[in-house]
Amino acid sequence: MVPLLLRGFMFYFIFNRLAQALLVMAVVSAISFSLFNFVGDPVNNMVGQDATREQRIEIRQQLGLDDPILVQYQRFMLNVVKGDFGLSYRIKQPVSQLILERLPATLELVFASAVIAVFIGIVLGVYTGIRRYSWVSKIIMSVSLIGVSLPTFIIGIGLIYLFAVYLRWLPSSGRAGVIELGGWKTSLLTVDGWRSIILPAVTLSLFQLTMILRLVRAEMLEVMRSDYIKFARARGLANRAIHFGHALRNTLVPVITIIGLNIGGLIAYSVITETVFQWPGTGLMFIQAVDFVDVPIMAAYLIFVALLFVVINLIVDILYFIVDPRIRRGGS
Amino acid sequence: MNFFNLAKLFSVALIMATAANAENVLRWTSQGDALTMDPHSQNESPTIAFNGQIYEALVARDIEMNLVPELAESWTASPDGWTFKLRQGVKFHDGADFTAEDVVFSFNRALEESSDYKEQVKTVAKIEVIDDFTVKLVTDGANPILPNTLTNVYIMDSGWAKANGVEKPQDFAAEEETFSVRNANGTGPFMLTSRAPEELSVLTRNSNWWGDSMFPGNVDRIEYRPIKNAATRVAALLSGEVDFVLDAPLQDLKRIESTDGLTTKTVAQVRSIFFGMDQGVDELRSSNIKGKNPFRDIRVREAFNLAIDKDAIQRVVMDGLSFPTGIITPPGVLGNTPELDKQYGFDLGKAKSLMEQAGYADGFEIQLDCPNNRYNNDEKICQAAVAMLAKIGVKVNLDAIPKAQHFPKIQKRTSDFYMLGWGVSTLDSHYVFSYLFDGEGSWNGIGYNNARVNEITKLIETETDIPKRTALIDEAWQIIKKEMPYLPIHHQVLGWSMKDNVDVPIAADDHLRPRYVVFK
Repeated sequence: MVPLLLRGFMFYFIFNRLAQALLVMAVVSAISFSLFNFVGDPVNNMVGQDATREQRIEIRQQLGLDDPILVQYQRFMLNVVKGDFGLSYRIKQPVSQLILERLPATLELVFASAVIAVFIGIVLGVYTGIRRYSWVSKIIMSVSLIGVSLPTFIIGIGLIYLFAVYLRWLPSSGRAGVIELGGWKTSLLTVDGWRSIILPAVTLSLFQLTMILRLVRAEMLEVMRSDYIKFARARGLANRAIHFGHALRNTLVPVITIIGLNIGGLIAYSVITETVFQWPGTGLMFIQAVDFVDVPIMAAYLIFVALLFVVINLIVDILYFIVDPRIRRGGS
Repeated sequence: MNFFNLAKLFSVALIMATAANAENVLRWTSQGDALTMDPHSQNESPTIAFNGQIYEALVARDIEMNLVPELAESWTASPDGWTFKLRQGVKFHDGADFTAEDVVFSFNRALEESSDYKEQVKTVAKIEVIDDFTVKLVTDGANPILPNTLTNVYIMDSGWAKANGVEKPQDFAAEEETFSVRNANGTGPFMLTSRAPEELSVLTRNSNWWGDSMFPGNVDRIEYRPIKNAATRVAALLSGEVDFVLDAPLQDLKRIESTDGLTTKTVAQVRSIFFGMDQGVDELRSSNIKGKNPFRDIRVREAFNLAIDKDAIQRVVMDGLSFPTGIITPPGVLGNTPELDKQYGFDLGKAKSLMEQAGYADGFEIQLDCPNNRYNNDEKICQAAVAMLAKIGVKVNLDAIPKAQHFPKIQKRTSDFYMLGWGVSTLDSHYVFSYLFDGEGSWNGIGYNNARVNEITKLIETETDIPKRTALIDEAWQIIKKEMPYLPIHHQVLGWSMKDNVDVPIAADDHLRPRYVVFK
C-alpha cells in the first residue's frame, strides 16, 4: 500500500517538475530570443560592403528579420520543435549539425577539467582540513585564492606564456590528435591530444577546484569536531580509517551536490576558455556567432545550455526526492 | 628534477622530428577562417584571400597591387565590352580542362540570386564565346574599369559543379550545406587537401599549376589554423608553432620584432579612416542646437577638421603606425595625389575663430558613434577626438559599440557624427564616389549631394579616354577637398609577423599570396 502511494507521489512530483522545466525552457528561450534584437544587424555582416540597399532589404525579407519579434519567435520555435534550428548566417551550415560536430570537444574538455577539479580538490581539501596549521596548507590556501580571484582568460594567457612560449612543453592552442571513433571525434586517445587538452582543462578547472577544495576543507573541519569522530578515536581506530572512512565520507554529500550543479557552470565557463585556447567546441562557436550576430547559432546554443541546466536540476531534484524523506512529505 | 629533464628532452625530440621534415610547410594563423570554400557565396576579405590560393580569376593583383594576367593572358577593350584571351593548357585540380565554357558558367553563377558577387559583374550583360580560348564580356555601355572589378570573381569548373549539384551558390532556404562549402576544385597553385572549419585546413602544392616555374614561391604545403584570441595568436608565433601571423595586434609588433628569429613587415593598407558629419538633415538628432544643422555650415566642418590633430593621433594612439591624410582614398588608388593626400593641418586658433564666425563660439553638444571592434584602435581614436573637439567648445558624447550595432546606424541614417573606414577593392576612385559621395550612395550616411560630383560619378563609369577620365576624377576630388563633407583621419597600416627564415611579401589588401612566399 505504501510503496504504491509513494510511486504515485513520485510520478506526480516528476510530472510537476517536468512541467516547471518546460515553462523555464519556454521563458528562457523567449527572453534570449528577444535579446537578439539588441545584438545588432546580421545583414551587414552577411553581404559585402558593396552590396546595394536593395540587396540588403531583400536579404532582410528572405530571413524575415522585419517581422515582429513574436512572429519571428513563433516561427523559430515551430522549427525547433521539428528539430530544425536553421542555417547559420555566417557559414551557411545547419546549426544542429554544427553543434553536434563541436559538442565532443566541449564535453571532453569539461570532463577532463571536472576530473582535475574533483580529484585535486578533494585531495587538497582533505589535506588542508586535517593539517590545517602546517605551512603547506597555508601555501595551498593562499595560492587557491588565485583560482577564485583571477579571471579565466588571464589565467589562460598566463599558462600559455609559461608552458608554451617560455618552457615550450605544451602547445599554446588548438585541439590536436583527433581520432574519429564511431562518429565521436575524440582527442583523448593520443599523446598529442593529451598535450593539447592539459592547459585548457587546468584553466577551466581552477575555479571549481578552488571551490571544492574550500568546501571539503570546511566540511572536514566541521566533521572532525563532531562526536562520532571523537568516539572513533576513543575506539582506537587508525587515523587513516578515521579520516577517509568516517570523516571524508560524511563530507561528500554537499560536495556531490555542488559538483553536480557545477557541471553546467563548467560548460558555461568553457566559452572563455575555449576562446583563449582556440578549443573548437560549442563555446568558441557561440562567441564567433555573437560577433557576427549569427542568430540561429546563438538561439540554439542558449536553448541547449538552458536544457542542460534544466535536465541537471531535474535529476538533482529526483535524487533528493529519493534520498530525503522530508521532500516526500512536502509532496503530499 | 628528473621529470623536468624528461619533459625537456621530450619536447626537444618533438621539435627535431618536425624539423627533419624536408618539405617547406607554411604554418600560419589569423583571426577568422574563410567562411566557405564556395567562391561566389561570401564577399568577405579573408574568404576571398583563402579561396584565391585554390581558385583563380581572369585577372589578378600581384604583391604591389598591379593588375596581372591570371587565367586570361591578355585583354582588350572595345566600346561594348572586353575581350579576354584565355590561358591554354590549364587544368583544374581534378584534371578537367579549363575552357571558355567554364568562364561562361562561372560568370553566370556569380550573377545568380544567391551570389554575393552580383555587384562586381552586374555590368556584364552577356558573355560571348568566340572560340575555346576567347571570351567577350559584353557590357551595358562601355566599362573602362571592368578588369579591376574581376579580380575576385573566381572561375569554377562547370563539369565539377554540375556533377556535385552546386550550379548555384548556396542560399538560406537550403536545408543543408552544399558540396562546395567544404570542397574546392580550382586551377590555382594550391589544392585543398583537408578542411576542418575553424580548426585546420591543409593545402598542398599543385605541381601541374601553369605558373609553377614562373613564381618564386617554394611552399610545398600550407597548414592554416585560425586563432581568434589575439594574445594566443602572438603566443603561437613566439612559441614557434606557426611561421606567420597575418594580424598580430599593432601594439605587439615592436615586441615581435625584438624577439630573436622573428620579424615584422608593415605597409599602408588600402583603407582610410574618417568621420562622417551629417549634413542631410535639418536638425541633428543628438545636438542641443535646435532648428538648424551646424554641419551644414562649411565653417563648422572646417573647424572640426582643423581641431583634430592627426599627427598626435598617429604618434600617441597609433604608435606611429598610420598615415595621416586629407582624402578618403589611399595612395595606389587612381585619384589619390600627394597634394590631395596632404592633411588639412592642425590649427586650433583658426578652428576657434571659425566656430565663432559660424555663431557657435560656445560650441555645441553632439554624439559621436564609433565601432569598438572593427578598425585599428577605433575606440581610442574616437576618445582622442572627443578631447580635441572639447578644445573648441564642442561637447562630444562618445558611443563606442560593436560593429554589428554601429554599421546599421549609418545604413539607417540615424547617426549625426560617426567613424567609418573605407577600403577600395577596385583601386579606382569610382568605388569611393559611388558609395560615399554620390547622392544615392549606399554608404553616404551624411546626405552629401553635389550635382557635379554625382555627374562625374556617372561619367567615369563609361569614359574610356583615360587622361580625360583621370581629369574628371581629380575635379571631383578638388570639389570634395574644398567642401569637406567628411573628416579624413588616416590610412591604416597593416602589420604582418613571421619567422625570419621565411619571406612572406606583404600586400596592401591583407591577402596572403603563397605563390610569392619563399623559405630561405
